[in-house]
Amino acid sequence: MASTTAMPPPLRASASNRVLRVVMNHLATAAAVGSTILVMAPLIAIFAYLLFMGASSLNLAFFTQVPKPVGEVGGGMANSILGSGILLAIASLMGVPVGIAGGIYIAEFGRGKRLANMVRFTADVLNGVPSIVMGIAIYTLIVVPQKHFSALAGGVALGIMMIPTITRTTEEMLLMVPLNVREAALGLGVPNWRSVLSITLRTASPGVITGCMLAFARVAGETAPLLFTAFGNQFWSTSVNQPIAALPLQIFVYALSPYDDWHRLAWAGALVLIVLIVVSVALVRYVAGRGVLKGAS
Amino acid sequence: MTQRTDSGASPGAEPSLSPVRTYLLNCGNSSLADRAFGALMLVCALSIFAIVILILVELITGSKLAIQKFGMSFFFGSAWDPVNGNFGALPFIYGTVMSSILALIIAVPLAVGVAIFLTEMCPAWLRGFLAFFTELLAAIPSVVYGLWAIFVLIPLLRQYVDPFLIKTLGWSGIFAPPNYGIGMFAAGVILAIMILPIISSLTREVMSAVPHAQREAVLALGATRWEMIRMAVLRNARIGIVGAVILGLGRALGETMAVTMVIGNRPEIVRSLLAPAYSMASVIANEFSEASDELYLSALIEIGLALFIVTIIVNALARVLVWAVTRGAPVRGT
Amino acid sequence: MGVAIEVSDLNAWYGTNHTLQSINLKIPANHATALIGPSGCGKSTFVRCLNRMHETNPIGRVTGTVRVGPTDIYAQASPVEIRRRIGMVFQRPNPFPTMSIYDNVASGLRLNGFRNRKVLDEVVERSLQQAALWDEVKNDLKKKSGASLSGGQQQRLCIARALAVDPEVMLMDEPASALDPVSTAKIEDLIFQLKSQYTIVIVTHNMQQAARVAENTGFFLNGKLVEFDATHKIFTNPTDKRTEDYITGRFG
Repeated sequence: MASTTAMPPPLRASASNRVLRVVMNHLATAAAVGSTILVMAPLIAIFAYLLFMGASSLNLAFFTQVPKPVGEVGGGMANSILGSGILLAIASLMGVPVGIAGGIYIAEFGRGKRLANMVRFTADVLNGVPSIVMGIAIYTLIVVPQKHFSALAGGVALGIMMIPTITRTTEEMLLMVPLNVREAALGLGVPNWRSVLSITLRTASPGVITGCMLAFARVAGETAPLLFTAFGNQFWSTSVNQPIAALPLQIFVYALSPYDDWHRLAWAGALVLIVLIVVSVALVRYVAGRGVLKGAS
Repeated sequence: MTQRTDSGASPGAEPSLSPVRTYLLNCGNSSLADRAFGALMLVCALSIFAIVILILVELITGSKLAIQKFGMSFFFGSAWDPVNGNFGALPFIYGTVMSSILALIIAVPLAVGVAIFLTEMCPAWLRGFLAFFTELLAAIPSVVYGLWAIFVLIPLLRQYVDPFLIKTLGWSGIFAPPNYGIGMFAAGVILAIMILPIISSLTREVMSAVPHAQREAVLALGATRWEMIRMAVLRNARIGIVGAVILGLGRALGETMAVTMVIGNRPEIVRSLLAPAYSMASVIANEFSEASDELYLSALIEIGLALFIVTIIVNALARVLVWAVTRGAPVRGT
Repeated sequence: MGVAIEVSDLNAWYGTNHTLQSINLKIPANHATALIGPSGCGKSTFVRCLNRMHETNPIGRVTGTVRVGPTDIYAQASPVEIRRRIGMVFQRPNPFPTMSIYDNVASGLRLNGFRNRKVLDEVVERSLQQAALWDEVKNDLKKKSGASLSGGQQQRLCIARALAVDPEVMLMDEPASALDPVSTAKIEDLIFQLKSQYTIVIVTHNMQQAARVAENTGFFLNGKLVEFDATHKIFTNPTDKRTEDYITGRFG
């Protein structure tokens, strides 16, 4: 990389100047350490608080019962968990194959080509777009013509969010497969498509799968795109064509409600989401750290 | 294809065709399958562009009504009056921008400080844990941050921080009673907490991309560690750091749920930061499914369109700056 | 049985770098031919042109004619078809990391759709025996992964894998350079035995190795084929002065 450092100013050796520089050094160190503590301590506290509140709110009923009528104590978020499951299934059906295929294209076919760079760039930019905007687009695309909210609309909204994420993580993981493994396959006269799928993708599969898990976990916590697509549902529903409950949606509603018991349920739901996130992030780091070649044995 | 029943290699001088070789010679050219496969992968990659175009088209068609009715004055009007069909987006633009700027003011110095610590000063055993923790925090859903904010942050602000701010800085009018805890300032704080991990991670990445040779050169001249950081690392990485900050800005601009839960939902532009406010994403989140007529909906969609365009530009800018320093290596954790 | 290779006016480029200049060469069937020369002289690029691997590099380009047996491999066949007939062993052993030993050896066939279980079993055993690896792994064929073997064993596994598709030619790009002397000796023995059944082209840095295993040797320098002759003549009485300088260690 081209150096942009000019020659540093001459460091004169006079005593007072030296003292000043040493003091500055200590101050800077203190500032850096201080800001780390100032940042990390509350964040760790937030995390611990979430775990504590969630753990003390979680019980079996949470997973098995639907919400009780307003004002009654007890009940659970079983319908929200099911609803999230259905939404995520639809989203994954859309997002995972298309995302992996996109990643394969950038890594295996488009290496160095401008189109691949543009896809990569656009995927990154798309990852930063507020998710509520996706919700609006799916609302006008699916909800309006159908004249009702639906799990399908919610699933599609989440699905289009998964595609750019999975494309990038798949690309990253495929690029980690060393060149000589691919060459071995080519040298045997294996057709390119077969080599990509059975050799390269298979070698990178632990990483690709955990990348999908991470996208899954992130999308599982998304509320905004569901506000006017899936919309939420008080009751048990398995229909794809009707509004459906979702865990983050329900947490949102309960958090803003005036009932203590619903607050309790919100904490429990938050814990479920957090656990999902922690597991996914940890898995991704573990797999990426082990390196691709040690992957499957 | 023919397969002989005797196995394997044949000795002797006749041109032997073992079952293996016969099979492989008849396998044929796979170029059709290869081309079809490549085309399929290409189509899926192009879906990324299709998604962007889809969103753009849907947003533009949805906001046509409002655009025709209000034109550019939509973005300068401060009256949000659904009953009378009068819509102006200025309070939301103000709310979004102000809360984001607030968040940056709080988060950027801290994030850069953390990044400096983690990259240059932190012992290796601690670094792994803190880096993992930072990645974790960046992935926690917005609604969970909002939940925590309602029950922990707001009471804290209302009881301790806000009165303190009123007492010390109340003369400026920026922090003025009444304080409910919720409001613009609360939104700024929760946003700061949410964008801090991202700015910090990215800053760490661009700082790590500065080659060691640069650091060593400055140290060899007798510089203290801080001077080395300042002259070798920060100076070389500054473009990327700006990119990281802009990325954080992009995230703050679009953040929806946590902000909605703490900003107070009042479409008014007031001097005091302790007063309730409203952001672009929040008004959409709150009022979209209640919108009673076409114009109302169209106005909300137009706000969404503005949000979309702004975040695209901001994010693209940020990526370009970061890429310039890290040379296009995939960016992790965002 | 092996076939002869005839190369006419072969030129190769990496981008604008003219890596091989007008190579003309006849490689005899059922013999081992060594290619020697200093680093960067183009010998690796040359063998990669023989099985059309050079063009897998986005900036790689080839002109000229290469005939393997009766076939002009550039004009008359597709790269995939050619690579099934010409096997390659690379400098660094590269067994497929997610596959067992059995699966590795069978991969060339399986990945081309071959299904017959009985024939596969026979081919795997035969190939591993040809590669002198059978006795060491016969009990662990499906249990151990390809990557869990030692370096020398991995390279013999790669040789077995290449042999399993019954090629007519075996190309070896410095097959022993990453291995210890014992493994190197084993591989040289292997080449000695295989050359009666296949045409072998071996790129090597090690002149003694060329002298040990190859009947003919070609000397490359700066992208040109300087001299090609019987091995003993190259090493005892070379025609070209540049060859002599290289042999005697004046450079390279």
